[in-house]
Amino acid sequence: MTKTTNARKLTISKAMAEALGEAMDSDERVFLMGEDIGKLGGAFGNTAGLYDRFGAKRVRDTPISETGFIGAAVGAAACGMRPVVELMFVDFFGVCMDAIYNLAAKNAYFSGGAQPVPMVLMSAIGGGYGDAGQHSQTLYGTFAHLPGMKVVAPSNAYDAKGLMHAAIKDDNPVIYLFHKALHGLAWLGTTPGSITHTPAEPYEVPLGKAAVLREGSDVTIVGLSWPVHLALAAAEDLAGQGVSAEVIDLRSLVPLDKECVLNSVRKTGRLVVVDDDYQSFGVTGEIIAIAANEAFGSLKAAPQRVAHPDIPVPFARPMEQFALPNKDKIVASVHATL
Amino acid sequence: MEPDASQQLAMYKKMVTSRQYEDAIQGAYFEGKLPNFNMANGPIPGEMHLSSGQEPCAAGVCAHLTNDDYVSATHRAHHIAIAKGVDLERMTAEIFGRVSGLSGGRGGHMHLFDTNVNFMSSGIVGEGIAPAVGAALSFQMRGLPHVAVAFIGEGAANQGAFHESLNLAGLWKVPFVCIIEDNSYGISVDKKRSTAVPRNDVRAAGYNMPGIYIENNDPLSIYAAAGEAIDRARKGGGPSLIEIETFRLTGHFTGDPETYRPEGEKESITKRDALPLMRERMIKNDVAAVADIEAAEQSASETVARAIAFARAAPEPAPEEALNMVFV
Ligand SMILES: Cc1ncc(C[n+]2csc(CCOP(=O)(O)OP(=O)(O)O)c2C)c(N)n1
Ligand SMILES: [Mg+2]
Repeated sequence: MTKTTNARKLTISKAMAEALGEAMDSDERVFLMGEDIGKLGGAFGNTAGLYDRFGAKRVRDTPISETGFIGAAVGAAACGMRPVVELMFVDFFGVCMDAIYNLAAKNAYFSGGAQPVPMVLMSAIGGGYGDAGQHSQTLYGTFAHLPGMKVVAPSNAYDAKGLMHAAIKDDNPVIYLFHKALHGLAWLGTTPGSITHTPAEPYEVPLGKAAVLREGSDVTIVGLSWPVHLALAAAEDLAGQGVSAEVIDLRSLVPLDKECVLNSVRKTGRLVVVDDDYQSFGVTGEIIAIAANEAFGSLKAAPQRVAHPDIPVPFARPMEQFALPNKDKIVASVHATL
Repeated sequence: MEPDASQQLAMYKKMVTSRQYEDAIQGAYFEGKLPNFNMANGPIPGEMHLSSGQEPCAAGVCAHLTNDDYVSATHRAHHIAIAKGVDLERMTAEIFGRVSGLSGGRGGHMHLFDTNVNFMSSGIVGEGIAPAVGAALSFQMRGLPHVAVAFIGEGAANQGAFHESLNLAGLWKVPFVCIIEDNSYGISVDKKRSTAVPRNDVRAAGYNMPGIYIENNDPLSIYAAAGEAIDRARKGGGPSLIEIETFRLTGHFTGDPETYRPEGEKESITKRDALPLMRERMIKNDVAAVADIEAAEQSASETVARAIAFARAAPEPAPEEALNMVFV
């Protein structure tokens, strides 16, 4: 690898588009469907340039018919294709959930493994910019709760590209959730830490492998996607206060890298889970339950969590900011474990 | 059904109010967001979908509605809200995310509810159709003479909800009218590339209801067709589908560079802007004196200025207010 390649930094959006292009180059079966993904290159730029490269046959603008085209992806996947579909905002899952959780997620099981569903559904998650309650949710806990789908949510461009390749290669349906606050689009603002070195050649980041982003000895902070950056900022603050925090990026919820979390909790004895999803019955509760079950003896304090209160995402800025996870809430939660 | 002179002037006034409102909102929306357009900033964060150009659809239909009649609207709802008589000051405060807003700032521009005039809007394409059918069902079951109207874009006619809801309406003969504002785009995708038929009025046949298509964004034809359909529904004659050719004179969202439009399209649809055309026609046909028209325009701009001032003066909600109203 040359030095210039090493220095190459991409946004998550560009990394996703690059992975899609490489996958389409190397595998004829890969094709794309979604709203405004053609000439426009996607509402979030994930398919930029691909229409010009691969044409309207493989980069298919769809009508606003999510039940139709996502259900069609399941059928295409059953019959020799490897579709990647875009659901513009994850909040729109309501109109097409049957195709997702009753077809894509269950056909392998119902067919005794004879009919796998190798498809990827990519969708935008997250708020913080005043887009209100039908355009700001994350909902990954919901997808992870329902059996049969893999669920990934990258926190940076390197992972975004590698996870996309792994998702497309996987013979199971993969829900690929990219966070708007990390996406590298000027009109939404971008967390700088999401723009990372990204090799120009294809590579995979395996599904189900968490990353320890910062080592520490006093407390384990677990998250994925955007909250990981909040956790890193909190860890920095905590370091100044003499608290050594370990930060884990789960990268995927299904499969879940339990061992990575448990090893860390066994070392630190303290756990804070950060989520950008509704608190109850979700990711934070699941991770804490795993720690309670399997590392109970190591826990020195009750695990804490930072997540959305159980309310729809409010529009007005003071209310939305109140509901969102942030660095200070994480620091306070860590202190509650000390 | 021809609108008389005073009805025409009233429609024009709604349309002008709506246009001036969108211009004012656009100005406020860009505050704090430039030069590097960032949606999160400024007094109105988030997405903004303006209705400039589509005013005739709202004014022509809502001219036949009372406060009791139910309307569901889309993400592009301001013109419909104004024509339906939504409290403009509280609506504006909502768009600014203030406590005096329709929902105290919880919903924002895409979620406008004014129960005093039976109005709602929402952000998921096609979502409002079934609730309007349900409102019509309620009117029918309770023996009330009200109607329910769902406004949607032509893009929404490809949602499953459209077809399921129209079938229900046709089956149960409820007092329901579906208005499709065909601005020929769903974001960047033009109708030819999204819809298997050139016009959605033909789809009405599948649901056993009359379907008509109105060309040219013409307020008077819209008034006439909507009047007939609403009248029929009110008298128990069942639902209708009306598709209107209209023009979106701005981007899909405010800040949209509109790169998907063919060259010259913006100029040609701007030439077909219904507002100046209606103004000219009213003068030419002696429907209204210039002084009356100017008075209507003046009053519209005062109404808009008052609404914006009201919103700006209203306080922001306390953060913890977010926790209230999930349940009643
Ligand atoms: C179910 C769903 N899918 C996609 C979107 C994203 N979206 C918002 S508006 C829009 C285009 C709608 O087109 P149309 O119905 O013609 O209304 P217009 O914007 O032209 O007024 C799309 C695709 C959405 N809000 N809901
Ligand atoms: Mg449209």
